[in-house]
Amino acid sequence: MADPAYQLKTDRTILNFGPQHPSTHGTLRLVLELDGEVVIRAEPHIGYLHSGFEKLGEYKSYNQWVALSDRMNYLSPLSNNIGFAQAVELLIGVEIPERAKYIRVILAELSRIADHMVWLGTHALDIGAFTAFLYGFEARENLYVIFEHTTGTRLTTSYTRVGGLFRDVPHDFEEMVKNFLKYFPKVLKELHGLLTRNRIWIDRTRNIGVLAKEDAINLGVTGPTLRGSGVPYDVRKNFPYLIYDRLDFEIPVCDDGDVYSRYLVRMEEVEQSLKIVEQCIKDFPDGPVSLFNQKLALPEKEKVYDTIEGLIHHFKNIMPGHGFTVPEGDIYDSTEAPNGELGFYLVADGSHKAYRLRVRGPSFVNFAAFDHLARGAMVSDLVAILGSLNIIAGELDR
Amino acid sequence: MIKVKKLTPPKMSWSERIYIPNVLKGLGITVRHIPTKKFTIQYPEEKWIPRPGYRGAHRLNKDGEGRIKCVACEMCSAACPSNCIHIVGGVSPWDDREKYPVVFEIDMLRCIYCGMCEEACPREAIELTQVYDFAAYSREDLVWDKEKLLEMFELTKNNDYYETRVQKAVKTSDVNPNG
Ligand code: SF4
Ligand code: SF4
Repeated sequence: MADPAYQLKTDRTILNFGPQHPSTHGTLRLVLELDGEVVIRAEPHIGYLHSGFEKLGEYKSYNQWVALSDRMNYLSPLSNNIGFAQAVELLIGVEIPERAKYIRVILAELSRIADHMVWLGTHALDIGAFTAFLYGFEARENLYVIFEHTTGTRLTTSYTRVGGLFRDVPHDFEEMVKNFLKYFPKVLKELHGLLTRNRIWIDRTRNIGVLAKEDAINLGVTGPTLRGSGVPYDVRKNFPYLIYDRLDFEIPVCDDGDVYSRYLVRMEEVEQSLKIVEQCIKDFPDGPVSLFNQKLALPEKEKVYDTIEGLIHHFKNIMPGHGFTVPEGDIYDSTEAPNGELGFYLVADGSHKAYRLRVRGPSFVNFAAFDHLARGAMVSDLVAILGSLNIIAGELDR
Repeated sequence: MIKVKKLTPPKMSWSERIYIPNVLKGLGITVRHIPTKKFTIQYPEEKWIPRPGYRGAHRLNKDGEGRIKCVACEMCSAACPSNCIHIVGGVSPWDDREKYPVVFEIDMLRCIYCGMCEEACPREAIELTQVYDFAAYSREDLVWDKEKLLEMFELTKNNDYYETRVQKAVKTSDVNPNG
């Protein structure tokens, strides 16, 4: 190449991506080192949404902290509620009633569907497919109506309590869920019709952000990101909790490890969730939803109004320093949240609040793989890669 | 044994690769949505009515004789995760109870509407209502005192807060197959 124009010295460019980029969903920031259009290095800067949830866990009682867990992964608050309550229950060593277990499973799976619908909508929107966003959100709206009728709010659900649930489901809960099961497969079919065999979608997502099996394991990613790389790991199957060992469902995996395979895995997971909910609704048991009779959960309201024992029990449970305490010890317990393994590490010192509360947010670990995925990608593909990881900033910074 | 479902990306047919037929197919899906029922409501002309059990603004209940039910036991403020209830108790003017709240304030901006106060109250005195639109122009206006909370009881006791106030109140069932 004799032409001197080709021998010009090139320099690397530093580009800031975020914190207010429309595709960062929440506030996260990447510092990119570019060689032309190609990413050499991507350095995630986190902490813009830091809210001190873990530190607050040392000041709020166990039941009060449930309200904070909503705000971590705000696409599926119910999964957080359930994961946290379960960790505390395991540390105390109590088993919740059968009906509460069923309700928790149904709500966890429904919130998985809601999470995946938002993920799909925003992910497709970032890449340029607007219609899928609208249909996904319509489906999510239907779910949020169920959540609202059940828990009292759409988003900040705070539904679980240590030892059970905040209240029973409404009288027409089963009917609502059945309606949803009837309605939702149609939406799923439409979404498949819009995207799965769409040439543009495939061009934008296949062979982009490839994560090999070994790298996925080494980086510690979980959830659909790990399964999209061909590793069949799912907490619901590997370490069954609640009633998952009794349910019949499959773990979708896809070997390619690219953005498209993560898409396929999530879409199939939604179908498996529908299958789980269907089975749960079929033999939905009756009974209490909370351990009313133990010194752990609040007694029924009738007892509080009518009997002196109930009233004393109620007062003792709420007064600081008199309520239930958790025996000294520590525990790590995890559940399969929509984005991956959501773990809680608790150190209890025998009082009514935790000595240390640590959350293993799946987004945090998955985001650590971002630099690995981004190297060598074009700038425009970053949006697709970021979308496929489904990073939730609230959970990232805690 | 863990049941695994292997997924493989679909092979693209010739017609899918030339892209035009699939665009038409996608367009078909969109067109089929046009005659379906509208999903959105025209807020604020139309307002949606939450079901009873919704966790909105608070109220302080009154008993049959119109007296405040609360006995200033401060259970609600002990249970509150955001410390937004402020109560000062005093000697009650009535014979059937010893205490009543002289001051009862809730900072509606601090409140996270978790419903733990309602859960903690042994007298059914504090309750969350269905009211969700109570914006104000200053922070002071959103610290609700006892009078305001008791007024909320008068406004919501018949469960028709939105029906009587908005031209068109929408039940979720009107727009939603699940409502
Ligand atoms: S709803 Fe929750 S945050 Fe609000 S006053 Fe009641 S307990 Fe406190
Ligand atoms: S509202 Fe209920 S819990 Fe709060 S002080 Fe009054 S009686 Fe006690």
